[in-house]
Amino acid sequence: MTDEIEATDTLDVQGLNCPMPVVKTKQAIDDVAPGGVLEVVATDSGSMSDIEGWADATSGVELLDQREEADIYRHFVRKTE
Amino acid sequence: MSTDTPSTDGSPTLAELQAEVQSLREEVAAATADDGDDQQSMVIIATKGTLDMAYPPLILGSTAAAFGWDVTIFHTFWGLDILHEEKSRNLKLSALGNPSMPMPNAIATLPGMDGMATKMMQKKIAENEVATIQELIDTNLDMGVDLQACEMTMDLMDYDESDMIDGVTTGVGAATALADMADADVQLMI
Repeated sequence: MTDEIEATDTLDVQGLNCPMPVVKTKQAIDDVAPGGVLEVVATDSGSMSDIEGWADATSGVELLDQREEADIYRHFVRKTE
Repeated sequence: MSTDTPSTDGSPTLAELQAEVQSLREEVAAATADDGDDQQSMVIIATKGTLDMAYPPLILGSTAAAFGWDVTIFHTFWGLDILHEEKSRNLKLSALGNPSMPMPNAIATLPGMDGMATKMMQKKIAENEVATIQELIDTNLDMGVDLQACEMTMDLMDYDESDMIDGVTTGVGAATALADMADADVQLMI
């Protein structure tokens, strides 16, 4: 499923809505080792835009990919520092 | 040619130009870097204590904290109810004067209508799995958001420090809020 991206950590925020996917992503990335990749699994369609905006505005993280399949939104965030 | 050779025709010397460039660089650096740090901050003044108006400050506050910003939410007047241990669990929605309500104002004035509107909203919140006010307050505190309760309006409304949720900052006033707002990148009044 996740073909080329290897996630080191996973966060399940299915069922949660704004602002929780972003807030929980931030809390989870704090615990990821530098270089690690957090996979965030969400059902909130707004998370596509919100996590992109959060990653843009936040230093030390890089959004690698976002995927949508069957109403599940997956976000891959690398902790760069 | 030496850089400090005075020019004979009144045009600036190389040294003067270099000094000018240096001082302009410093001005640009100061202007673009705020006070030398790039720490973003936001202050929200929360003045409303209805169920619908309690959400925006808490949603924006926790999201800004997720961005790594310093966030202060200054609660005053009815906004204090959001931080009131008991009242925050029972925030109401007003049916009257709310154009989104599926009832005319003449009916919305009837007894029990605010309660009905509140129940409808609570049901929607639960159905859509939107976080509750309590969850959002906990999240804001966990993320380091400074939830402040205005001292003057606490006295006005007869609220005691012990009535407020643990972790709330009390003993602050307009001057505190203004000083924070003057330093903040984003200031909102809700």
